[in-house]
Amino acid sequence: MNIPSNITTLIAGIVLTLVSLWVGQNHGLLPVAASEEAGRVDGLFNTMMTIATGLFLIVQGVLIYSAVRFRQRPGDNTDGPPIRGNIPLEIVWTAIPATIILVIGVYSFDVYSSMGGLDPMASHDHRAQEMAHQPGSAIAAPLPGTEAAKPAQSKQVALGVGASPGTQGQAADLSVNVMGLQFAWIFTYPDSGVTTSELHIPVGKEVQLNITAQDVLHAFWLPQFRLKQDAIPGRPSELRFRAQKVGEYPIVCAELCGSYHGAMKSQIFVESPEDFDAWLQSQIAANSDNLQQAVAYGSERSEADYLAARAPELGIDANTLGQVRPPAAGHHAI
Amino acid sequence: MAQTQVPPEAAKAAHATGNGGPEWRKYISFSTDHKVIGIQYLVTTFLFFLVGGALATAVRTELATPQADFVSRELYNSLFTVHATVMIFLWIVPAGTGGFGNYLIPLMIGARDMAFPKLNAVAFWMIPPGGILLLSSFFVGAPGAGWTSYPPLSIVSGKAGEMIWILSVLILGTSSILGAINFLVTIIKMRMPGMGYNQMPLFCWAMMSASALILLSTPVLAGALILLSFDLIVGTTFFNPTGGGDPIVYQHMFWFYSHPAVYIMILPMFGMISEILPVHARKPIFGYKAIAYSSLAISFLGLIVWAHHMFTSGTPAWLRMFFMITTMIIAVPTGIKVFSWLATLWGGKLRLNSALLFGMGFVSMFVIGGLSGIMVASVPFDIHVHDTYFVVAHLHYVLFGGSMFGIYSGLYHWFPKMTGRMLNETWGKIHFVLTLVGFNMCFLPMHWLGLQGMPRRVAEYDPEFATINLVCTIGSYILAVSTIPFIINAVWSWIYGTKATGNPWQALTLEWQTASPPPVENFYDEPVLWSGPYDYGTDLLQSGEDKSVEELLAEVNANPG
Amino acid sequence: MQGSTVDSGQTALNYQTEAIASGHHGEHPDHRIFGVIMFLIAESMIFLGLFAAYLTFKLNTPDWRPEGESELELLLPGINTLILIASSFVLHQGDSAIKKNNQAGLRIWFGATALMGAVFLCGQIYEYFHLPFGLKSNLFASTFYVLTGFHGLHVLFGLLLILGVLWRSRKADHYNSEHHFGVEAAELYWHFVDVVWIVLFTLLYLL
Ligand code: HEA
Ligand code: HEA
Ligand code: CUA
Ligand SMILES: [Cu+2]
Repeated sequence: MNIPSNITTLIAGIVLTLVSLWVGQNHGLLPVAASEEAGRVDGLFNTMMTIATGLFLIVQGVLIYSAVRFRQRPGDNTDGPPIRGNIPLEIVWTAIPATIILVIGVYSFDVYSSMGGLDPMASHDHRAQEMAHQPGSAIAAPLPGTEAAKPAQSKQVALGVGASPGTQGQAADLSVNVMGLQFAWIFTYPDSGVTTSELHIPVGKEVQLNITAQDVLHAFWLPQFRLKQDAIPGRPSELRFRAQKVGEYPIVCAELCGSYHGAMKSQIFVESPEDFDAWLQSQIAANSDNLQQAVAYGSERSEADYLAARAPELGIDANTLGQVRPPAAGHHAI
Repeated sequence: MAQTQVPPEAAKAAHATGNGGPEWRKYISFSTDHKVIGIQYLVTTFLFFLVGGALATAVRTELATPQADFVSRELYNSLFTVHATVMIFLWIVPAGTGGFGNYLIPLMIGARDMAFPKLNAVAFWMIPPGGILLLSSFFVGAPGAGWTSYPPLSIVSGKAGEMIWILSVLILGTSSILGAINFLVTIIKMRMPGMGYNQMPLFCWAMMSASALILLSTPVLAGALILLSFDLIVGTTFFNPTGGGDPIVYQHMFWFYSHPAVYIMILPMFGMISEILPVHARKPIFGYKAIAYSSLAISFLGLIVWAHHMFTSGTPAWLRMFFMITTMIIAVPTGIKVFSWLATLWGGKLRLNSALLFGMGFVSMFVIGGLSGIMVASVPFDIHVHDTYFVVAHLHYVLFGGSMFGIYSGLYHWFPKMTGRMLNETWGKIHFVLTLVGFNMCFLPMHWLGLQGMPRRVAEYDPEFATINLVCTIGSYILAVSTIPFIINAVWSWIYGTKATGNPWQALTLEWQTASPPPVENFYDEPVLWSGPYDYGTDLLQSGEDKSVEELLAEVNANPG
Repeated sequence: MQGSTVDSGQTALNYQTEAIASGHHGEHPDHRIFGVIMFLIAESMIFLGLFAAYLTFKLNTPDWRPEGESELELLLPGINTLILIASSFVLHQGDSAIKKNNQAGLRIWFGATALMGAVFLCGQIYEYFHLPFGLKSNLFASTFYVLTGFHGLHVLFGLLLILGVLWRSRKADHYNSEHHFGVEAAELYWHFVDVVWIVLFTLLYLL
């Protein structure tokens, strides 16, 4: 097997490189990147796309070239040349992929740690709060209060994406508790006690989401932030990020969670800090109205009503609804 | 194609099939002949493929529009769950290992049968009940928690269906373990005299690696399913957080099997491709040892990468990094194979028949799937695309573009050996083109869907994805149609096709040294190991004259019956 | 199951047998024991999987073995363990006996092993009935019962194998120094069950 080493090969190589580089930058496959971390993931993807395009073209090129150039000529029933191997060549094509994956591996590691994937602080996980055991129901919700009774010290490390190396050790600017249940997301702002079904966050601020689930596995996915983390019952996980672009983006449940899994969607609103504060105030007002009315059932904006309206469709029963209603204190210790 | 009839051989072939009772009857009996069992596997599992494909067509029909309108949401979940279970446990795994493995291994190593013929038959006869059991679940509410059956969802929805799923997978898994034991013993102990490991056809190396994986990983799935069924039936809480269990443990146990399973599903095809390319390119395989040992390497690495399916689940950061690296390393042995195949084709005299076309299609499509595999192995990127259509695209490129193309290639290549008849080439090429077009149209756009934000396993989706999904659906219909020429071709040729000689491809492995189809106990005379499995072109070089391969074969082995 | 497998396949295997006998240094041409070993590798993977699950549960659960169950009674299981371990040696005597064509010895030793196995099983059932927790009490209890129960099933199966050997050994010369695959298979299986128990005992009772 002689490797053709003439001008055409050289030109082919250059064209291949240029095409790969171009594809890597202009594939247009990714949605808007709404955070800085997302940009880094995209950079990684573009690199992998460049490499993949190159390898793809080489393989397809050889296949198509062989099919045309080396096809059997009519009447020629002889065999091809008996070439059984070529050690230097084989070493080359072992070494090159090995180098490529080394590069991709190191690059991925770097992106992951700069996103905060390796945040050691995240290891303060407080897992395995015994979930209330309700006889007769296969899955019971963590009843508020039971955790307090059992401050089980966890032995498990944290899950998710924590603080970026720059802000490690510091508390996030805003933290929000996220709970997944069949089939909705519920957001609680622990500092103000607000509970909503849509996520509002201020732009440019570091936000920490503490994610858990009530019944089965869900997955909290923000496509425009390139972030995803499973919501696991009884085992908190977190996502920490800083939004950069004001706007409204989808929140998707990515883990099969039952019949309405496809309908389990919500929105994330990235707002200017002023708009965010205004929104928060209006929510607090709505919530306290509620309290004054001392009506067991929530306000027009409360999650329970939101769900109640869709309950028959979603197959949520009254029991579940009751648990979703914000408790009087407003502090849902999820 | 060279189809010169050698009369004595044809006579022998006729003789072989002409003893006692109608020919077809042995195929529905408890036969212990490995060739009968191999064909039983292939035909049975192909029928299950049609069922799985019909389910996939229903899935795609539902996804033609953004609303959940074609089937109910519950039924949709059952459709893709059963689709995947059928395709994996009733088609690719049993067809690749059970079908081709049984048919080819004893022939290739010059043995008269498998080591344990009765056990072999038992393993096969577990497939039909396992499959029918699984499909019967549609009468009681089919399982709908995905083929992964993650708890807690799997233990709170539809108990009967889920239990049927567990039982059926346990039955099929046991069958696969029994098969693997047989393959290992046969390959290790029953090679003909003079055939060392390094004279073995590469398919045997691949089957050895795949069988080792089956032996080591399938039992762990059984363990997981036993625990899961306790949760389901008795109400223990192994995987149920209510009561202290941990669903993540299930995921580890499941993927400890199901990741190796993907190599169980691709290694036999790697082996077949390594057989098929040299024959039709008329060149020795390039880098025999590298290909042989890379199978073992893939098999070993395959055992230590399972948690790459859990990057967004309950895996701590350092584990994510470990599994990312081990996963990516698999690109090296796989790359060795791919490049060796390319080098085998390079400079050959390619007979572009259906078998080779599917073989080259395999290399081409599998590489796309492999490259997206390396992408999803990168943790930060996988966090974005996990559980999206990007993964659906990846898995179909490796499973359909890889395993299915490989199986088709193998069927075109060995059909003459198995049935004694040639397949029709024109229909074969139509089949190839339709499959290639339909497949890419169906699955290539899914990469974009996943990246843009469409999760998998949803019956309804955002209207912005409507157009692309429609394209996929149309592609899937083309794909469904593409099987029709193949079925017609196979059935027609089996009955009326041109008679095949013992060695229509002038191939060198031992299975071609006997009649087509081979007699009971495989060889009339003891086979002669007169050349390595891939010595194409050598004799040409030695004799220095333009003798046709056929003449050479006739010279060396005067009686190829 | 495999006992009869090869008898019928014998004709097909003859050629291989000769080949190997002549090719190699006249070793045992029968592949069945090799098959049994393969099978046991698969079996041990089930147990390994279950052990790994057990350890993960144990490490991740803050109050593993809740109050009142912290101490498992060790006396009875300890005696049981000794019986099982001893039975492996007893069984081996049977194997040695048949290799010397001593069929009476085979019957005696296998009979003794069967008895010891039965005692082990009874002991375990007795323990089940006297434990302070049930299958569903908590995660520890569940893993305990499933692991020991699954192992118990294997003991039962091994016992049946041994009884099967005893039954067949009624016929004089069914087993002899040349042909005793059944004896060897039953012995291997029993040793396997024994080893699994040692690991299991260490994990559940001692750690
Ligand atoms: C036949 C089946 C098969 C095969 C062979 C593979 C092969 C590979 N798979 Fe795939 N995979 C599946 C079937 C398969 N997969 C399935 C079914 C799922 C989804 C399961 C589910 O969730 O339902 C899945 C999911 C899956 C995931 C999880 C994604 C997620 O859920 O988020 C990951 C992550 O790492 C992965 C990685 C890989 C890798 C790295 C390979 C590698 O083996 C690929 C190696 C091949 C190549 C790389 C190409 C050839 C090499 C070269 C040309 C050399 C040069 C290349 C480089 C240097 C890059 N696969
Ligand atoms: C070897 C494995 C294999 C194969 C061959 C296929 C083949 C196909 N798959 Fe499959 N698929 C999986 C393995 C496989 N799949 C797995 C593992 C999953 C993941 C499941 C999960 O999430 O749990 C999956 C999931 C999956 C999804 C995602 C579902 C979801 O996430 O919501 C989709 C959607 O398009 C799909 C489509 C198809 C199509 C169109 C084919 C086509 O290639 C099929 C073409 C074949 C035919 C159509 C047969 C032809 C039949 C006839 C001619 C007879 C009559 C036909 C009719 C009545 C139509 N598959
Ligand atoms: Cu919640 Cu899917
Ligand atoms: Cu995998």
